[in-house]
Amino acid sequence: MNDIMKLDNRLSVERSDPGRRAVRFNNLLKAKEAIPAGLARKAPPKLPELSELDVVRHYTGLSKINFSVDTHFYPLGSCTMKYNPKINEEAAALEGFANLHPLAHDKTSQGTLEMLYDLEKRLCALCAMDAFTLQPAAGAHSEFTGLLIAKAYFAKRGENQRVDIICPDSAHGTNPATASMLGFNTINIKSGPDGRVDPADLKAHLGDRTAVLMLTVPNTLGIFESRIEEIAEMAHKAGALVYMDGANFNALIGIVKPGDLGVDIMHINAHKTFSTPHGGGGPGAGGIGVKRRLEEFLPVPRVKLEGGTYRTDFCCPDSIGKVKAFFGNVGVLTRAYAYLLMHSKKELAQIAENAILNANYMKSRLQSIYPAHSGDYCMHECVLTPPAALAAKGLKTLDIAKRLLDYGFHAPTIYFPLIVHEAIMIEPTETESRETMDSFVDTMLKINDEGAADPQLLKDAPHTMPVKRLDEVQAARQPNLRW
Amino acid sequence: MFIANTQKDREEMLRTIGVSSIKDLLKQVPEKFLYPAFNLPETSLDEQQTARRMKTLAAANTPHLSFLGAGAYERYIPAAVKSLISRGEYLTAYTPYQAEASQGILQTIYEYQSSVCALYAMDCANASMYDGASAFGEAVRAAVRITGKKKVLCQETLNPQYLTALKTYFANSSDYQFITIPAKDGFMDTDKLAALLGPDTACVAFQTPNFFGLMEDAPKISEAAHKSGALVVAAADPASLGLFIPPGDYGADFAVGEGQSLGLPLSYGGPYLGIFACKKEYVRQMPGRIAGMTKDKDGKRGFVLTLQAREQHIRRDKAASNICSNEALCALSATIYLALLGPEGLKELARANAAAAAFTAEKLSDVKGAKLKFKGTFFNEFVLEIKGDAAELREKVLKKEHIDIGLPLKDLYPALGPGALLVCATETKTEADILRLVKALGENI
Amino acid sequence: MPKQEEAKYTKTHEWILVQGREATVGLSDHAQHEMGDIVFVELPKSAQNVEKEKPCAVVESVKSAFDIYAPVSGQISVLNDEVTKDPALINQSPMDKAWLFKIQLSDTDQVKDLMDWTAYQEFIKQAAH
Repeated sequence: MNDIMKLDNRLSVERSDPGRRAVRFNNLLKAKEAIPAGLARKAPPKLPELSELDVVRHYTGLSKINFSVDTHFYPLGSCTMKYNPKINEEAAALEGFANLHPLAHDKTSQGTLEMLYDLEKRLCALCAMDAFTLQPAAGAHSEFTGLLIAKAYFAKRGENQRVDIICPDSAHGTNPATASMLGFNTINIKSGPDGRVDPADLKAHLGDRTAVLMLTVPNTLGIFESRIEEIAEMAHKAGALVYMDGANFNALIGIVKPGDLGVDIMHINAHKTFSTPHGGGGPGAGGIGVKRRLEEFLPVPRVKLEGGTYRTDFCCPDSIGKVKAFFGNVGVLTRAYAYLLMHSKKELAQIAENAILNANYMKSRLQSIYPAHSGDYCMHECVLTPPAALAAKGLKTLDIAKRLLDYGFHAPTIYFPLIVHEAIMIEPTETESRETMDSFVDTMLKINDEGAADPQLLKDAPHTMPVKRLDEVQAARQPNLRW
Repeated sequence: MFIANTQKDREEMLRTIGVSSIKDLLKQVPEKFLYPAFNLPETSLDEQQTARRMKTLAAANTPHLSFLGAGAYERYIPAAVKSLISRGEYLTAYTPYQAEASQGILQTIYEYQSSVCALYAMDCANASMYDGASAFGEAVRAAVRITGKKKVLCQETLNPQYLTALKTYFANSSDYQFITIPAKDGFMDTDKLAALLGPDTACVAFQTPNFFGLMEDAPKISEAAHKSGALVVAAADPASLGLFIPPGDYGADFAVGEGQSLGLPLSYGGPYLGIFACKKEYVRQMPGRIAGMTKDKDGKRGFVLTLQAREQHIRRDKAASNICSNEALCALSATIYLALLGPEGLKELARANAAAAAFTAEKLSDVKGAKLKFKGTFFNEFVLEIKGDAAELREKVLKKEHIDIGLPLKDLYPALGPGALLVCATETKTEADILRLVKALGENI
Repeated sequence: MPKQEEAKYTKTHEWILVQGREATVGLSDHAQHEMGDIVFVELPKSAQNVEKEKPCAVVESVKSAFDIYAPVSGQISVLNDEVTKDPALINQSPMDKAWLFKIQLSDTDQVKDLMDWTAYQEFIKQAAH
């Protein structure tokens, strides 16, 4: 890297020059301004003073010291970093959608309401669910909504003693965190040696205190719960509901309907399965699908179609209420809808098929060097571990991950699921080409050779990023969180 | 549609794996569940058709001159905001798990947290929440956790959308006790507040401007709360802070807000931005992600996600919150918006915005059959009392004049009577727009 | 500085030293090694009643959180504020400067159930397998 490309990570306030301006607002409507003395702001906020060009250069510059799907292969397991079609962005930015006020009259919102109605209908068909709500803002927010629905269902049945949520130890952290937010107890069940739920262990924990069995299908090891029918039946027999965390739905889309498996409640992640951009951490959009007997508990408003007109319906006496101030992340849902329009049922199946093919291709090319956690074929992602020879030299998954950055690949998800020691979780998604995956695999193999020859090279990686490994201990001990 | 593999690729990849078809990879899925019938379209749209279909739908949202506010505000979004957040490097990245390859996003989060702290005059802020209502809910939860007390005093004039969301948030009701602080003439009744406060109070939670657009006497409320040992959770509209006192200046323990005003489109309710800030001593009670500045091995400045051990992926059932994905791109919009405006621009915005509402209120109070419901300083919006039924008038004017006159309050606040209407005019409204509204009301009341 | 050999130990890696009715509690040297750099400590509240084998404090490293369990029941009598201010003390001096809190014992017999140094060493060895 020569000097011209030198990293400039000055803060915006450090570029600031007093009196410099960008966007102005003229005040044409001179009206009396009356601010009671005690309520006036005394000191101006410490915000940067920049020209518009300063701002554009600053944030364009920062954008360039980032990996993203648009610029790099990003095989982050469990996050489904697929390509985000540009037409989605154009659609969501259409003035008719973007400028619609959330409290706009139904009569003036027919386009958005129609879109939401049709999106719910298509999701019901894809998932074999009877009703969907699109109000939750993200996956974890969906889990919250889903468990609230379960809570309301049991309350109505007079079964308030059902306070246990059972999840496998391989579950995403959001599952137990959501359960405790709602005052449920989390019961962890151990995964069997093949990574699946052990029905015998499950049976030992099921009872009249069980509210919900939460499963991720396929699970976080990228494995399908082959005995799910039996498992769901056991849960139902015990009077519990089955919740499916749909974080990994990209493996099932168009080929398996969760509702057929015995799932009563499930969520989708628009930003995973339905190609909406991840935005550096969000916004996403969630959604909860339920079977008929749970429909009455869905949050309001529901979107209804009556006599050719769409309307929002707030009158659902058993509804859990609202989980968000306004509808949902409609701007994100608009993108997901555009994506769905571009796929026939056959093309939807091809998403899952190619996601599964790609994951297995990478697994089969890597597993002789990077041992796989499971010998089975995987679904949309696979969990590998570092080569024993590297581990013997004291190298960790983290070192391999950091070295990948030097070759222009975002690292896979690492150290998750927690039940696999030194896990490397790879999810290529269906949109990556074979050449990209080959090049990633070749790099992983090369890193193995490098580690064997010169472990320090990996320990010091990355070497080519704008910064070297960062002092996280210092960051946590003496937090510097603002200018 | 967006799959790279050709038939030839697929065949070669299957050969490498050592199977003859994709179905062979699916042996772990019981046969009976595979490839069921789907009630979905047989054909798909190409990109052009999709664009056309989306345009048709967008056009079915019939554009109106709208005076709706009530928690979501029509605002001008500078072109540079839209342009910068459209960059794929921001748009298509995810949570910065690999710090060295995500310095740009991490630095923008740090700048966002700093901007929020500056605007709200608070010590620290997180990387964002879903929206103002969820930030408000999480702040109240934190206050209850910290104090170990159950009683939450809530303003009567809190946005009812927030209140409904709050009640849902606190479905585990035995842990909380909500008590409404009654309003008097549109403002929180501080005498009633004093009477309700006690040693068992966890916090006083309120917003300013309140749902009626009125600026509460936040310093007085805060002082009363602190005197009795309760914490203060204040929701403040960020646009108002160009002119009005920020929560930190009156000692708020938690300050939250709806960040939609800072460069985000209305989009029928989301994605918005939950602003969450607090005093230093409560930094570990903040939910969600936090970025921090640190150094790399060579001593060079760098940024990381920090204080992660509070979060769900580590603390699991003991985490303070379950939040994972947040509203990072919306936070970036807000950061860029604030950088473009700077302290001076923010003041101008607040001033132009206040003037639009004040001008509208002045003109409307001259209309026969209409008068201002409350006296006092307001921002963004105000309550107008008209003769007759506001909901009926809204329908009538919508149909005849294509103007949405505002939100009738009859269902939300029956005590205000059928004629109460919440009218909002932000900096986006011109004199001509406002005079159209005035004329329409004059002719239709 | 107390010697490791003088303390008693729990299966959750706390050490405890009893003097009369008061016990001093900390985190074992073995445990701090396993956890790595400690970045944060949350101690119980002063005068809080704690129950044997129930979590009463939290220690965090960068990417993990560990509960600290009360080795015995009783009431918290003294807290070590130094360790809250500088959590790195746990790594530097787990037996001395980084004691965490003192408990007024409600039942001195509870100490008998705990492991002595030799038994703890054996326990660590067993757990490694």
